[in-house]
Amino acid sequence: MSVYINKDTKVIVQGITGSTALFHTKQMLEYGTKIVGGVTPGKGGTEAEGVPVFNTVSEAVTETGANASVIYVPAPFAADAILEAVDAELDLVICITEHIPVLDMVKVKRYMEGKKTRLIGPNCPGVITPEECKIGIMPGYIHKKGHVGVVSRSGTLTYEAVHQLSQEGIGQSTAVGIGGDPVNGTDFIDVLKAFNDDPETHAVIMIGEIGGTAEEEAALWVKENMTKPVVGFIGGRTAPAGKRMGHAGAIISGGKGTADEKIRVMNECGIKVAETPSVMGETLISVLKEKGIYEPCKTH
Amino acid sequence: MNIHEYQGKEILRQYGVSVPNGRVAFTVDEAVEAAKELGTEVVVVKAQIHAGGRGKAGGVKVAKNLDEARTYAQEILGKTLVTHQTGPAGKEVKRLLIEEGCDISKEYYIGLVLDRATNSVVLMASEEGGTEIEEVAEKTPEKIFKEVIDPVVGLTGFQARRIAFNINIPTKLINKASKLMVNLYTAFVEKDCSIAEINPLVVTGDGNVMALDAKLNFDDNAIYRHKDIAEFRDLDEEDAKEIEASKHGLSYISLDGNIGCMVNGAGLAMATMDIIKHYMGDPANFLDVGGGATEEKVKEAFKIILSDQNVKGIFVNIFGGIMKCDIIAAGVVAAAKELGLDVPLVVRLEGTNVDLGKKILKESGLNITAAESMADGAQKIVSLVG
Repeated sequence: MSVYINKDTKVIVQGITGSTALFHTKQMLEYGTKIVGGVTPGKGGTEAEGVPVFNTVSEAVTETGANASVIYVPAPFAADAILEAVDAELDLVICITEHIPVLDMVKVKRYMEGKKTRLIGPNCPGVITPEECKIGIMPGYIHKKGHVGVVSRSGTLTYEAVHQLSQEGIGQSTAVGIGGDPVNGTDFIDVLKAFNDDPETHAVIMIGEIGGTAEEEAALWVKENMTKPVVGFIGGRTAPAGKRMGHAGAIISGGKGTADEKIRVMNECGIKVAETPSVMGETLISVLKEKGIYEPCKTH
Repeated sequence: MNIHEYQGKEILRQYGVSVPNGRVAFTVDEAVEAAKELGTEVVVVKAQIHAGGRGKAGGVKVAKNLDEARTYAQEILGKTLVTHQTGPAGKEVKRLLIEEGCDISKEYYIGLVLDRATNSVVLMASEEGGTEIEEVAEKTPEKIFKEVIDPVVGLTGFQARRIAFNINIPTKLINKASKLMVNLYTAFVEKDCSIAEINPLVVTGDGNVMALDAKLNFDDNAIYRHKDIAEFRDLDEEDAKEIEASKHGLSYISLDGNIGCMVNGAGLAMATMDIIKHYMGDPANFLDVGGGATEEKVKEAFKIILSDQNVKGIFVNIFGGIMKCDIIAAGVVAAAKELGLDVPLVVRLEGTNVDLGKKILKESGLNITAAESMADGAQKIVSLVG
């Protein structure tokens, strides 16, 4: 088991004929992901990386039976690509594209109300269930199948955490990058709920950063509902206020969104927070040992 | 992206938000000329910098005649204003807004921002105008009223009226005030603002409702569809290194320390600053080279780091996913050879093509300290910088 994606997930690639998309389509296929088609308006009827290309998402879904899509469409057109995927009633849409105007995402969120589709991202590395399915841009080889769920706002910090875990022989059930934008499809609580319900996930590592209050809200949810141990890390402890740290969502403004406040609330809610990014794995392992679930997490 | 108050007011005027008449001036003579043209009894001389708190720092003066206008313009132009938003170095005033005086009966606050909790634009307002809204929010949160705006229907008339009544706008001016709010929202959405703040919004003695100040920020990701806004960019207000970085698609933020950082990914870049501080070092910058960096881009990044006189050492921390370690290594070597490297350099490489990357560094003949992990690298650069 895992969350959101597994070996049976059938994926189409939106914007498949772009150079980045082609590169990652190849990588995903090599990892074993079932890429069943792609979409580029005007290129329908051709092939890319050996999979058929369609003009519209609905056509691709009808022809291939896909239930998920991944979006590499350039930012000015990415919000429309998400809407098209939602309209085609896909279960899951993962949007890798960064730099989407935030007011476009405000409309997308409104459009998605009451629809069945789950959106992950935008501006995210994607989702991977190790040894089954990789959708996104993460390096597949650092992952290892196992029982720790990873959820993060940052791509490279996810890799860092996964790498630290794999090196210690701790595998992952699923790693989910929710993205660094202020308005996104799936938040920490959504993913924590999914991990809580997944019998194969025994513990969770949650990686946040400055800006907003999503980490605090997630911590309170964990305190009330989570039956599995959660450890955390918050990036940007030393970031100055008022400066946007690369991610559109990573900014301390009006005294809100500081790392110290997030860490304080997480600690209060029973989430052990790694002191530095290089001890995320170590911190998780210490908690696994404390809870007596280190062995089952080490051998899957 | 930030713009000046006078530019913000130009936009507001286009959308039917009433603002006082005013002119921009780059010299003292222009300032006096502007005051003469306005022809009002009093004019306000306002420093134009991209930071709030100008009044308290002496950047806003009321002149009762042309001589006073000249005196104040002379005093403020070229002055370095230090406010709570400029940092200790302050900002030099290079532009003035000369504006007609205004008979204020009461000041209010209104602002539009993106609210992450509701994924919507929210209108906030308070009867406590003129002061820092953060302060009001902290001390008397009950004095702030909010309306969450549905992106489909926009700010509705009843929401704007409800806000206007809540902040006690005089009854006969409710319609004027709510119309102003709806117009402000239209400007916000059509121009892709990230903040539109009017502090103060004023009710005047002659029964008008006006934006006396305008703070408009724009979503950097949407500037591509607003050429008019892009033209408002004032490079004088930005850090030279940050401008250079943005030309090459690098995300760079200048800091006060002495350890230059080059990292891929915003999260890892922030975490790298954190770990340097953890080991008692001081980062000179935040720099995310991004996922698709080329050798050339890495070289440019290196140049920008080295152009900072404070930099006494460099820490390169890369977790190659999409970014291949050999590309980073080749870029670092090329830059170091071209620019000469007289400060210590610590490189931590992990991920895609890591062995190839390490080999390139080793065979370069450069004095590079290799690190096994982020923690190892941070400790090494901190001790080398001393």
